Parts: sequence; structure tokens; C-alpha cells
Amino acid sequence: MNAPLSAAELGKRLDYLLGPVLSSRRTAAPLAQALSALDRQQQDFVLHWIEVIDRSNYELAYQFAAAAAEALGQLGASSAEAWIIHAMDAYDREGLFRGSEVFRQFDLFRRQAADSHAVTFAEYAPVLELFVCGLAGRRLKLEIADEAKTDTETLFLPPRIALFPDKADNCAVYRILAVLLWAQGRYGSWQADLGAACAARPDPARAAALLAHFEGLRLEARIARLFPGIARTMARLRGGEPDPRCAGLVSANATVGDSLALLDRLYDSFNPPALPWSFSLHPGTNAVRSARLARERSELAAALAALMRQHPPPESAAAAPEGRFSIETGQSADADGAAEFELRLDGRSVTPPAEVVQLIDSLLQDLGEIPDDCLQAAGGGGYREKDEDAEQTGDITPDGGHDGSAYFYDEWDYKRRHYRKNWCVLRETDIEPADDGFAVATLARYRPQIAQLKRSFEALRGEDRLLKRQSGGDDIDFDALVEGCVDLKTGMELPERLLTRRHKAERNLAALFMVDMSGSTKGWVNDAERESLVMLCEALEVLGDRYAIYGFSGVTRQRCEIYRIKRFDDAYDDTVRRRIAGITPRDYTRMGAAIRHLTTLLDAVDARTKLLVTLSDGKPDDYSDHYRGKYGIEDTRQALIEAHHAGIKPFCITIDQEARDYLPQLYGPANWTLVDNVERLPLKVADIYRRLTA
Amino acid sequence: MVTRLTPPGAQPLPTEARLIRNEPYYEAVGGEIALFEAARASCLPVLLKGPTGCGKTRFIEHMAWRLQRPLITVSCHDDLTAADLVGRYLITANETLWVDGPLARAVRSGAICYLDEVVEARRDTTVVIHPLADDRRILPMEKRGELLQAPPEFQLVMSYNPGYQSVLKELKHSTRQRFVAIEFRYPDASLEEKIIRSESAADSATASALVRLAQMTRNLKGNGLDEGASTRLLVHAAKLITRGIPAAAACHGAIAEALSDDPEMLRAIDEFAASVF
Ligand SMILES: Nc1ncnc2c1ncn2[C@@H]1O[C@H](COP(=O)(O)OP(=O)(O)OP(=O)(O)O)[C@@H](O)[C@H]1O
Ligand SMILES: [Mg+2]
Repeated sequence: MNAPLSAAELGKRLDYLLGPVLSSRRTAAPLAQALSALDRQQQDFVLHWIEVIDRSNYELAYQFAAAAAEALGQLGASSAEAWIIHAMDAYDREGLFRGSEVFRQFDLFRRQAADSHAVTFAEYAPVLELFVCGLAGRRLKLEIADEAKTDTETLFLPPRIALFPDKADNCAVYRILAVLLWAQGRYGSWQADLGAACAARPDPARAAALLAHFEGLRLEARIARLFPGIARTMARLRGGEPDPRCAGLVSANATVGDSLALLDRLYDSFNPPALPWSFSLHPGTNAVRSARLARERSELAAALAALMRQHPPPESAAAAPEGRFSIETGQSADADGAAEFELRLDGRSVTPPAEVVQLIDSLLQDLGEIPDDCLQAAGGGGYREKDEDAEQTGDITPDGGHDGSAYFYDEWDYKRRHYRKNWCVLRETDIEPADDGFAVATLARYRPQIAQLKRSFEALRGEDRLLKRQSGGDDIDFDALVEGCVDLKTGMELPERLLTRRHKAERNLAALFMVDMSGSTKGWVNDAERESLVMLCEALEVLGDRYAIYGFSGVTRQRCEIYRIKRFDDAYDDTVRRRIAGITPRDYTRMGAAIRHLTTLLDAVDARTKLLVTLSDGKPDDYSDHYRGKYGIEDTRQALIEAHHAGIKPFCITIDQEARDYLPQLYGPANWTLVDNVERLPLKVADIYRRLTA
Repeated sequence: MVTRLTPPGAQPLPTEARLIRNEPYYEAVGGEIALFEAARASCLPVLLKGPTGCGKTRFIEHMAWRLQRPLITVSCHDDLTAADLVGRYLITANETLWVDGPLARAVRSGAICYLDEVVEARRDTTVVIHPLADDRRILPMEKRGELLQAPPEFQLVMSYNPGYQSVLKELKHSTRQRFVAIEFRYPDASLEEKIIRSESAADSATASALVRLAQMTRNLKGNGLDEGASTRLLVHAAKLITRGIPAAAACHGAIAEALSDDPEMLRAIDEFAASVF
């Protein structure tokens, strides 16, 4: 192991890293002194993280540096990392003060981590997120808050639960809370205006607490019928039967109206007992819910319009068809299972695509039924973006410093349905390599995962294939021999090629990775992208597929930029690794021009299968002109169609939670993947590529 | 006597021709039976599309029984050659002997030929079915210089799971546009319960809990899972449960582990199971 850095060396590094928040009264010297006592590996760990945190906030990085020496002594490497991530989360969510506080109070963090029966949100959220998604059929966000509550889109849950001595029970409480919050939307808590009902009381806070308790009891009963397993756990952990006065809420058809009626009756006399899973009513729910309803209605209208175009009226139709959709819901027996419905267009039954099923399902959950006005197909159909005026036409003069390497690309104007000729000016530049050891750190951080990736890629490398009818080889090709004998009998010569030979199958595949370098990738996304690329390269080297990596960004149509990171002919070497490290967030995402340029590059490669894989964090967008919204989406779509025509298969890996709204139109239903947890991106990208080409 | 020369190590073709005498249990999910019969009456080949374990194989067995035609199934794999389908010469003591491949046998005998998982076959292999799958309905056997004309009873059927994302495994348009497609989905909740009960003798509480579990995993398709639990997996779990395996263990073994290797996902599925039972 390398020798530890001296206080003087550390001082210099810290001066550089923390410069902006140091002054004559606050110098790096005491920090350097403290850090000089650590071993070299710990020092590197601290310096690495200071650099990472710097990208979010210098002051936060300072607070980390100040606490690091002592904290590392107490926490050990893996829980130190958890501590840092916890602090950065707190910073992202609640600001600098909270983030710094977590860094200062590492002792508190250690004690909490030491309670082995406690469950923290951070450790359980990944499982709970899957659980909730399976439950709800749609993604619900999970977030930390002091009290459990929901606005029907986000479930807020406490940071940690340590109510029971058994860890499994504390996990169960998380689960029960999540199910109860989900059930508020599913079983109509918000079909009544709960805020108004509470505000009408002398003590609205008390009213809200009572109402939350009643709704909790009602929903518990609903859940118990659906999930016997959860019902058993609740019975075991709840401690005491519900108050007999609330018995009416337990019946199968109790509604939020019954809870409100009970509030009337018991407002003066009832004090809700504490439950392990009590929640509060979220005041902002009505606004969030109506926004979602409005959005889903307009999405449904657009989807129905598309569906209508796919189902033209039958020739034989006597009267002019009205184009009216209707729905028949066959309520399932206990009204608890998922709703089943049949969609009809002018009386004919039509099979709704998955998108429509999901929207109708979601509306049914919110409204209990589908009002007729929800079933009107939108006039134009298509996307929900408002129409925006196309930007002014006009010639462009490439700006100064024009070095002759500019490319011009057409852009698709969906309103006029034609191309704007030579509309975008695009330049290719090299990325400035960075010398910060990013790749080395990534390789170290993910060593086990990389080893596993490599193994799985080896399996893909193409099993041996048996080549038949070879003139040289190691086994007899019986088919050829038999035919040869036939030939001999009929008087012809015995052919020469009678052997089989094992041969590694050529994959004959070229992939170009197109990396989003827009400003919105700043921070964790950029780190995740770069880590993904390092891991991807490691894995691809095993496979021997030809691949290239380019970044894209730009401001306006006059300055579309493509950044070379690895050309097809470049070997994956230190320079490439340093260029990956040098990827920084730049400007906007004018995707059309980038796709067109990279399509030409890929077109020039000779391979049987050509893939264009986009790594992105959001939809196409550009500064101040009208690329945002429908125009940009339509141009991108057109560029992808052009790529298709060139025999290229586009695929998109995104971390945009809203991707579902536009990516299917761009890439087709199966050609994109959402990785919704940025931290997972590095582990996922290579794996997605593997499956894509398996 | 005919000595079949089989290259050492080679697998015999997984081919079977049989007349199905007992009715294979099949629950119609939509109009698929009528559609199949109409396609058959019009001499059109059929493509069964759908996720794994949703009843495609069972359906075709049922149809073969219904129509009382022999069924010849070929499981396609990436070493399957045209000769494997059409036929090849074998050597006898002192002469050569032609042996029909499964496709040729099906054509001659007016059987139903079912090419299972056709995308797995090499692309050049799929091309031999082209003349058979359009209105010519012929099978050229180049090596023998023979042209087989398919009788009206012959029917070509293939299956295809569009869920794969691999760009290397797409069906060529010239192939797929020759077929009438029947789309298979998972059955509705009540029907799926009925299937589970008939296939496994599980009680109705078990069946409905399994269906609920399946729906939750299907909600995760695209959100961490490539596929949700198929009807087949539910039948497997139900069978284990009726043999006395506790529900949690049965679901873990038959469902969770079949869907994912990811520890968090496995845990989430286990928790679904713990919730519905
Ligand atoms: N509609 C149905 N009627 C009766 N049984 C069904 C039905 N659907 C599914 N099953 C059950 O599911 C099992 C799996 O179905 P099957 O083998 O036909 O699937 P498959 O679609 O052919 O799948 P793969 O694509 O993996 O071959 C059957 O053995 C049967 O138990
Ligand atoms: Mg099958």
C-alpha cells in the first residue's frame, strides 16, 4: 500500500478542492492535520468523496472533510459510504443545513445504524418501491417525511421504524403503511373533500387526526379482505381491537362517507388510540389529484383518438358512425379485485392497447367509474403538449471560429410536414480528457460487479458454431458424406468438403452509444452516466463487438455539438477512460441533429446489425426556440425513422420518470427501458446491452 | 436393414407426430378457436403470439384434437437447418435412402406442423417455409428434385414471443406477413383461477391468491421484471401447494426464482406471496 499523504500534501489538495469556502480564518490546515493520521486508502476515499460532493456544494464538501477523519474511525468504510449518501440525500431534499448536520452528527448516524432491529427508509425503500408498484400497477414515488401521508402520487414514509424488537416486524410496518396510503387512492378516501370537512370544525387539526384514524380503520378492513397475509400481521401487531364505536367502518361497503358521518358523531367524545401505522391526511392531495386526473383524461382522449384511427368504421355501416366510445364495467364479485371492463366503439367491441387499459384503470381507481366525457377522443390526437409556434425561418450564418468541420442537417417541421433544409449546424469536437482518476475509482468501486458482468458477457461471446461442409476440420460431416456417396453412385466425383469444424460465431454487430450531456445531467446523473460507460466498456471489451461513444448537447440550431469520446477505431485505452471522466454537463438536448449525425457515422460501418443506443435523462429540448414540446419530439421521431431506413436499430435507456409519456412514440413500445433509480444506472446499462444483443 | 448414421454427439430431432385421442384441457380466452378454424378453412397458416406460459402449446394440442389431425411439433433452436425440417439422405447397407423431415411428413400426411419458438431458428432456415406459407402451399425438396403440394388438411402453425428485446431475434417481415396472427394474453382473473384449479386440484382460495400474486408481478413488467408470472408458473406453484408445501416456499421456488435473480426483486415477490396468502 502507498504511504499516507503528509499533512502538507493533504493541505495542498484541500486548498484546491475547497478553495471557494476557505478564508484566512478558515484554513485547510486543521483538516489536513486530522486526515494525515489516516492510512492512504482512507485518505483516498475521503479525497474522492470531497471531489464528488464538491459538484453539489463546496460548503457541504467542507463539512464532510471536517468530520471525515473522526467519522471514518468510528464508522468503517461501508457504513461511512452510507453516511455520506444519507447526508447528500438530506442535502438534495432539505438543503445545506440538513446535509451539513448529518455530516456533523455522524455519531447519531452510527448509533442509529447500530440498532440492529431498526429499519431505515434508505435500506428498505428499494424493495418497498417494487412492492408498491406491483400493488398499484403504476409507479408511486416514495419519499421521507416525518409523518406517513400521501398526495396519491407520492407516498411519504418515516425515515426509520424501530417500534418492534424484531426487524421483520418493522419492515412489515413499512409495508402496512405503504398499503394503507395506496388504499386511500384505491378506495376513494379523496372522493370527498376531506380538507373542507376538517376546516369546518372548531379544531381542524383534531378533526383531521380523527378522520385519518377512521379512514385507517376502514382501509385496514378493505386490505384485510384482499390480503389475508397482511391481515394476520396487522392483527398480531396492532395491540388492541378497534373501538366498538367504529365497527361500522369494517363492513365491506363502508365508504369515506361513513368515516365523515362518524366524525360528526364522535368529534367531541373520541380520542384516537396510537397505532403502529398511523398516518396523517395530506393537505395538498386535492390539487395533485385533480392535476393527475386532468392529465390522464387528456392522455386518454389522445389514446382513444389513435385507437379510433386504427378502427375505421365498417363499410357496411348504415348511418354515419358517431365515433362514440363506451365502457362496460363488469364489477367483480367482491368489488375488491382489479376492475374488468370492455371498451366499445359505436357498439363494436375493441381491444384497447395496454396504454388505454392503464389509463382507464387509473381513472377507475380515482373516480370509481368512467364519466362519459372522459371517453371523447381528442380532435387531433397525438401528444398532450400544447401547440407552439415554429421558430422563425431564416438563413443561418455559422458563427465565428468556423473551422470548416461543420455539418449541416435538415430538421423536420411537423406542422408544415416538410424538412427545413440545412437547418442545424453541427460540430464534432474532442472531449477534454480529465485526469482525476475517475475510471480507476469506478473500477475499484464496482470490482465485483464488473467481474460478474464480464462473466455474463463471456457467455454471450458466441458459443461455438458447427460449420458444415468444410475442407478442413475435426469431424466428419455425415450429411455431406452421405450426399457425396449419392453423387459417387450416380457417377459424379466425391466432393472435397466433407468435414465439420467448430468456429466461434462472429457477432458482426456495431453499436454506437449516444450520451446525453445536457445541463440537466449535472450532479449524480453525470456521475452515473460516466460510471455506466466505464463499466460498459469493460464488458464490451470481453465481447469484441465494435462500439463507439459520442456525447451530444448544444444551444440552438446553430450550435449542435457532438463530442467524440471513443470512435469505432479507437482502442479502449487510458485516453478513452480519461475522456469518459471528462464528460461534463453542457447545454441542451436537440436530439434530431445528433441522431442524424450519428446515423451517418454508423451507416459508414460495415456490420450486419447496427445499434444506436441513446442514454438520456429527458425529452428533447433546446434553449428559447421551439424545440421544446411537440416540435422536438416530432423531429426526433423523424430522425429515428431515418435511422430505421438506414438499417439501424435505435434503442433508448432513460432515467426520466415521465419517459412513458413520449418514448413509446419515439422508439416503439419495446425499444426503450426506464432505469428509474439513477444509482442503478451503472449496473444496468451493460446488462441491458447484453439482453439486447443476446 | 437401415442403419441410421447419426453423427456422434448429435441430438435426435425433438419431433413427435401423434394423433391426440383425449381432449387436452383448454379454456378459450377470446375468439381464438373460431379464428383458428376460419384460418384453417381458408388454408391460411397461423402465428401464435404471446408471452411464455400463456397456453399457446396447450391451445394447439387442443385444436389438433378438435380437428382430429396428427400434430407434429418441432422445437426450433439455432442449429436447426433446412435439411432438419425438409429431410435428408441416409446410407443403408449399399444404397442411399431418403428420409423425410418433420415438415415433409406433415405435408404428406396432412398434419398440423407446429414450429415452436420460431425466432430461435436461423433466419435462412425459416425461409424454406415461405412457399408453403403462401397461396402456393408447396414444399420444394431440392435434394430430391421433388415438389410437394400440401393437401387442404395440412396446416402450418408457428409460435413467437414478441417480448424479447434482442435485436438479433426478430421475425423477418417476409415471414411474419404470411401468417394470420392470434394474440394470446393471460386470461382474466376468474378464468385463470379456473385453469389453475383444473390443472392442479387446488382449492379456490389458493387459486385466487395465486392469481392476485401473478397480477402484482405482471404490474412489475418493465419495472424490474422482463415478464410477469405466467399461468404456467401459477399451475406449478398450485401443484406444490396441493402436495403440502407451504405457500410461501412454493411461491418462492415456483414463481419468484423463476422470474428474477435480483435479491431485492426476490424479496418483493416473496412479500407479495406473504401478503396474498
Ligand atoms: N387457456 C388455457 N387453458 C388451459 N390451460 C392453460 C391455459 N393457459 C395456460 N394454461 C396452463 O399453462 C401451462 C403452460 O401453457 P403452454 O405450455 O401452452 O404455454 P406456451 O404459451 O406454449 O408457453 P411457451 O411460449 O413458453 O412455450 C399449460 O400447461 C396449462 O397448464
Ligand atoms: Mg409452448
